[in-house]
Amino acid sequence: MQLLISVLEQGFIYAILALGVYITYKILDFPDLTVDSSFPLGAAVCAALITRGVNPYLTLPVAFAAGAVAGLVTGLIHVKCHIRDLLSGIITMTILYSINLHIAGGVANVPIFSNDNIFSVFPFKDALGIFNTTVVILIILIVAKLLLDGYLKTKSGYLLRAVGDNPSVVTSLAKDSGTVKILGLTISNGLVALAGCVMCQQQRFFDISMGTGTIVIGLASVIIGINLFRKVPFVAATSAVIVGSVIYKACVAIAISKGLAPIDMKLITGVLFLVILILGQFGGRLKK
Amino acid sequence: MIELKGIYKTYGKGTVNEQELFNDFNLTVADNDFISVIGSNGSGKTTMLNMICGSIPIDRGEIVINGSDVGKLKEFKRYRKIGRVYQDPAVGTCPSMTILENMSLADNKGKLYGLTPGTPKKRISYYKELLSELGLGLENKLNVKVGLLSGGQRQAMALLMTSMSPIDFLILDEHTAALDPKTAEVIMRLTDKIVREKKLTTIMVTHNLIYALEYGNRLIMMHEGKAILDISGEKKKNAAVDDLLNLFNKISLERGNTV
Repeated sequence: MQLLISVLEQGFIYAILALGVYITYKILDFPDLTVDSSFPLGAAVCAALITRGVNPYLTLPVAFAAGAVAGLVTGLIHVKCHIRDLLSGIITMTILYSINLHIAGGVANVPIFSNDNIFSVFPFKDALGIFNTTVVILIILIVAKLLLDGYLKTKSGYLLRAVGDNPSVVTSLAKDSGTVKILGLTISNGLVALAGCVMCQQQRFFDISMGTGTIVIGLASVIIGINLFRKVPFVAATSAVIVGSVIYKACVAIAISKGLAPIDMKLITGVLFLVILILGQFGGRLKK
Repeated sequence: MIELKGIYKTYGKGTVNEQELFNDFNLTVADNDFISVIGSNGSGKTTMLNMICGSIPIDRGEIVINGSDVGKLKEFKRYRKIGRVYQDPAVGTCPSMTILENMSLADNKGKLYGLTPGTPKKRISYYKELLSELGLGLENKLNVKVGLLSGGQRQAMALLMTSMSPIDFLILDEHTAALDPKTAEVIMRLTDKIVREKKLTTIMVTHNLIYALEYGNRLIMMHEGKAILDISGEKKKNAAVDDLLNLFNKISLERGNTV
């Protein structure tokens, strides 16, 4: 039971992140490495605010905004300085490492065990018991998913989808495809930082290295989800991505429960991703 | 009105592959002109369209659209007044979006792409009407992804989409070249209808000499960056495919080719 709850908690948190990665990887076709640093950025912002006694719920929008700025920077580097997508993300990722340390007060690890967090101040905490954390994360996830679904059905959302699909259509519509890309990166990294913020409160500490390999987890979730539901009609891609994230976390949890040491975590993460990529090739198209 | 004044364009400047294409090229496109442009490969037809739309920069000269110099205007801004259909039917539409979504995108050109619903419900019947005029049955496939349509269907949609918003100019870059003869015919008739109805000033590059003669009020033959033939009105009406072919062959021979 404990294992299941842990898988769901982790899976839902990384699903928020995967929604962000879905925007860049699947919609914009942009391999965005900013994620590896915007995830801990959200956590750093969260830890800094919580240790100062700020209302835990307030950390969520602030973390989203911080991540959005990180995405904006990557977008500007890519579009305005004409730097390749992969390199733009790497540049922002590297810069953010120092910024994250600054936000965290110059230390690599900030414990927030004794502070209030979104779970401890949740009004229905006692009624939910051991499911409290899972439910709170699920609520945040569902709100994020519904907002994203809604956004993708607006005019602005249409334009975002068009830019990844066929940028020349956007140009023909007299719109700057670069600006639309930047917007996509902004929203994406906002979601990623939001996930980092929730993660920080769930594990009750910020750690500068918690972002390492995040992009791999995000990509794996997106690819599992999309491939799994490719032939199933009426399942929104965002829902598929959430399921993908939970499945991925379950696989990692099973691997660890079968005797692999926690220090092998990233090893499992990477190898599992490779396996998914290879399996995806058998399943047909990997990318759109 | 589109005016090209003293245009210079050299590809691969400063390299061994340097190739001068345009040397003091001038062209005036009057309002409501429908110009067919023909010419061999490498004669500068598509380059001319790309320069007008801002897809490639010019080395020297002026491009004046409706009286204002657009030299510094970025490509996407020039498309406020220009609609363009390409040779490749895939360029004009978004394949993973549905017919309805593509139509809604095009319908909103020139307006704000904000947080209002992407497809306004009350416009759907209007889209259906436009699609049914194509006679391809697309009005019954509103939720089908455009990527699943045939090349001809996609090109018809691309043409329809460019002409949905109020534009002044229509740029057609060999837009029937990738289609089978029957579909090409359908697209050409649709083009003519749209140009007449919306009173669009049109430049159409084509390799089809019959279309070049049949459609439009003016015909230009390009060769090595120059308009070596520029006829309009009665003269164009009386020109025959054979005349054009003879001229074509003459140019070819001058370049050392055999017929």
